[in-house]
Amino acid sequence: MHSSTGQWVILAVPVLMVLALATLSWRERRALGPDAPPGFIARNGWPVASFLILAVVLWTVFMIVLPLLSMIDLSFRPRLPPAQWGNARDIYTLDHYRFFLFGSNTSTDSWNVTHLKAFGLTILVSILVTALDFCICYPVAFYMAKVARPARLRLMMLMLIAPYWVNELLRAFAFRLLFSNQGLINRVLMSLGLTDQPVDFIAGDVALYSGLAYAYLLMMMFALYNAIETLDRNLIEAARDLGAPWWHIHAFIVIPHAKPGIGSGATLVFMLTAGSLAAPLILAGPRSLWFTPIVYDRFYQAFNWQQGAAYALILLVACIIFVLGVLKLFRLGLGEIAK
Amino acid sequence: MRADTLRRALVGFYILLFFAYLFGPLVVMGITAFNTPAYPQAWPFEGFTLDWFGKLAGDKDLMLGLRTSLWIGLLVVLVSVPVGLAGALVMTQLQARARSFYYLIVVSPVLTPGVIIGISTVVFWRQATQLTGLRFFYDGTLMTVLAQSSFISAYTMLIFLARLARFDRTLEEAALDLGASRWQVFRDVMLPFMAPSIGSAAVVAFLSSFENYNTTTFSILADKTLTTVLAGRVRQGTTPALSALAVTIIAVTVAGALLYEVAKRREEAKAARRERNALRAESQDMAALPGASDTATQAI
Amino acid sequence: MTSALVLDRVSVRFGGFTAVEDASLDIAQGEFFSFLGPSGCGKTTLLRAISGFVQPSEGRVLFEGRDMRGTGPNERPTALIFQNLALFPMMSVAENIAYGLRVRGMGKRERLARAEALLELIALPGQGNKRIDELSGGQKQRVAIARALAVEPKILLLDEPLSALDLKLRQHMRTELRAIQRRVGITFIYITHDQGEALTMSDRIAVMSRGVIQQISDGETLYHQPRTAFVAGFVGENNALPGAVLDRDGDLARVQTELGPLPGRNSRQLAPGSEAVLFLRPEALSLVEPGAGRLAGTVTGRAFEGATTHLTLRCGGGRALLLSLSGAAARQAPEPGQEAWLDYDPEAAILLPREGYGDA
Repeated sequence: MHSSTGQWVILAVPVLMVLALATLSWRERRALGPDAPPGFIARNGWPVASFLILAVVLWTVFMIVLPLLSMIDLSFRPRLPPAQWGNARDIYTLDHYRFFLFGSNTSTDSWNVTHLKAFGLTILVSILVTALDFCICYPVAFYMAKVARPARLRLMMLMLIAPYWVNELLRAFAFRLLFSNQGLINRVLMSLGLTDQPVDFIAGDVALYSGLAYAYLLMMMFALYNAIETLDRNLIEAARDLGAPWWHIHAFIVIPHAKPGIGSGATLVFMLTAGSLAAPLILAGPRSLWFTPIVYDRFYQAFNWQQGAAYALILLVACIIFVLGVLKLFRLGLGEIAK
Repeated sequence: MRADTLRRALVGFYILLFFAYLFGPLVVMGITAFNTPAYPQAWPFEGFTLDWFGKLAGDKDLMLGLRTSLWIGLLVVLVSVPVGLAGALVMTQLQARARSFYYLIVVSPVLTPGVIIGISTVVFWRQATQLTGLRFFYDGTLMTVLAQSSFISAYTMLIFLARLARFDRTLEEAALDLGASRWQVFRDVMLPFMAPSIGSAAVVAFLSSFENYNTTTFSILADKTLTTVLAGRVRQGTTPALSALAVTIIAVTVAGALLYEVAKRREEAKAARRERNALRAESQDMAALPGASDTATQAI
Repeated sequence: MTSALVLDRVSVRFGGFTAVEDASLDIAQGEFFSFLGPSGCGKTTLLRAISGFVQPSEGRVLFEGRDMRGTGPNERPTALIFQNLALFPMMSVAENIAYGLRVRGMGKRERLARAEALLELIALPGQGNKRIDELSGGQKQRVAIARALAVEPKILLLDEPLSALDLKLRQHMRTELRAIQRRVGITFIYITHDQGEALTMSDRIAVMSRGVIQQISDGETLYHQPRTAFVAGFVGENNALPGAVLDRDGDLARVQTELGPLPGRNSRQLAPGSEAVLFLRPEALSLVEPGAGRLAGTVTGRAFEGATTHLTLRCGGGRALLLSLSGAAARQAPEPGQEAWLDYDPEAAILLPREGYGDA
């Protein structure tokens, strides 16, 4: 299929989307009955209504939908110089996806081990980091939501947010200062005589993984805190009166109640970790593997944007699958995730 | 009872450990900013110095990046605050499935990795400007503003939605009933009601933009922001000047947070005073009611 | 006298639901008019149709003869006082009162002077700089009235404005509202589910049930000559005895009830055999000698309430009757457990069609 077909699809999708939304909303408003509000323009008046429509169309169409569609479109196009865009050779192709799997646009003999391994590792480590963040945050979130008094709670909140005022890059930099060969940990270890050679934490990915776990802790913390906070304290008291052991209360009362929070925190932490670029750049060793730097290199080292778009789409699809998996696993709606 | 004390001690210890993990790396970095060795070193502490702050101020690239970042932050505020407000207002006027569909679209940038937002934005605008011949539009700073605004508008929208949930629609009807036009209702009732959240949305938008790296590094093209320059510096090598930068950022934000806290306390004190006045007025009303004295004598 | 407002066969429908059906009425200039009915009876919808927030599906709303179709709430000569008052929390008291003048383009000094004059009318002089959350409930109430009066409406619409106040203040505000209405001399249209408010303040009352206006008249007529079973049951206390009409005798008719055949005023000219309810006011019943009278029962309760004493009786078929006595009769009232014989003047009992009975 020639790429010009795609252009029409790209232009048609936003139009259809806006029309679908308008029709749906019109029909649902009419179905409302006694409390039906006046129509959009009658309700807002012309000046405000045009501002609302203009701003929302600018945002949804030109900043969200069209960019995504063009990225998808580009990922299926052959690599051609700009002069040849749209000419007879500009035909949709799976070349870039083939490259991701086999390391070549043509042959399918050997797997593209480096990229596949980096991708797999990124997903796997992101899942582990998400789980780790949950374990780290849960006790603290529970303490804040159900045990701490207001004054202490306020202080803890402030102390939680404070470290995240520092730039993501500088936070990673701080971990590098801890874990590098001349870093604090190695100095302490050496002066204690536990080792005479500095331990290479960077090459061993210790620095990277602890930096990643640190980077998005706050998302998990607030998601958990908000969810546990709504739990009725009497429920815990009642269970305790009935003689339930503490682990039982957490496993069968608190955690089931906090499910939406866990889902929301997990989605955000996973997405941010899998898509993180700063920590891998700063904390990864020369042989460490992470997917986002590879995507970056497709664009600004190899200048193969088509391939880069394909790689970005692969990452996006992985994230979507994870989000859907979490929604399914926790039986949640999307609205409950993005709070 | 013993087990209870033990458990409490354990929880306390764990929370201490947690905050040590949270602050430890930053404290270590902070110390290196004031230590003399050229390789950032927290221990042993060889001598106090402020030189690294001077080095920081003299770093031309970094200062240029800072200027671009401030500009981008300002523009992002100017885009994402009105867009987020419009997004939230439209959301409140949709029902059921139309609302879910719309929600899916506008919240998707929050759940999309930042790198992908950066990539898709440059890809789209490169294509669009090639096709239309508007090459001047394909500019790193502009791309970055658009890319960042796409997800920062979702943040501001969520802030506005939280505020709108407490909006009393009869206020709009009251203004309308008194003769106001739709536009006057928006200006005199809706905007003043949203004013506090417009302030916080602007702060959130600016900070999110200022510290963004993942999206910016793809969309900035040939330009440079503070974060992209910083990323280059950190990869090149480590210098205490970077620690000094972190210390500066912390100092500025702590000062900002303190100011915010003071302002909030003052506002709370005012509200408390008004509530006392209302209570006093209430009891005066009751005392002035005809028959109030009768009930009083009856009670005796 | 000219009409301030005419509703001409107004119906309001939402999808398949009819909120107001075929409402017609004529409100005079300077009248204090109330809509009375339980929640969900359509009175608020009718008010919103008058103020312009809702368009009638059928019929016309006319202000001084002018059809209001297509005229928005901001262009109608009405001002509405909302149930929750809807004062603007971000404006001062004076700015609230002057808001309607501001959107009409009146200059700042002039409108603040007007606000001050209105503050004096509502007995809050010099309080214009206060914030809304500094006021007591009663003060807010008065500010809401001043804000509505500032735009000099032809008609003031009030949607249960007293419901948020506590009992004592609510009773005081009734007199105050009526006094304000006399002073400004404009038409007030008042919505309430509280018959005490409607009866004490209004010149005329429209009782509504299930979207239909049941009766329009002054309070005394409503009480003594209800047109429908709903009105008889809703306004004041009433003993209701359902049955079928036996025979007619001039203005009177007899009904076969659980307590035997009983006479009452047949104001709706019901034919023999039709389903009817006989209404007996508690104060229309009186105690008579043992063995005499049309009704008998066992006293189950006796409550002293100052000026009156209430007796409850259980009669045949387990039906309870309420009786209210005053003066000497109250002092001689039987004790619970004793038998009592009752009678009434058939002219004071009223016979109405069964339709709508039990809706209240």
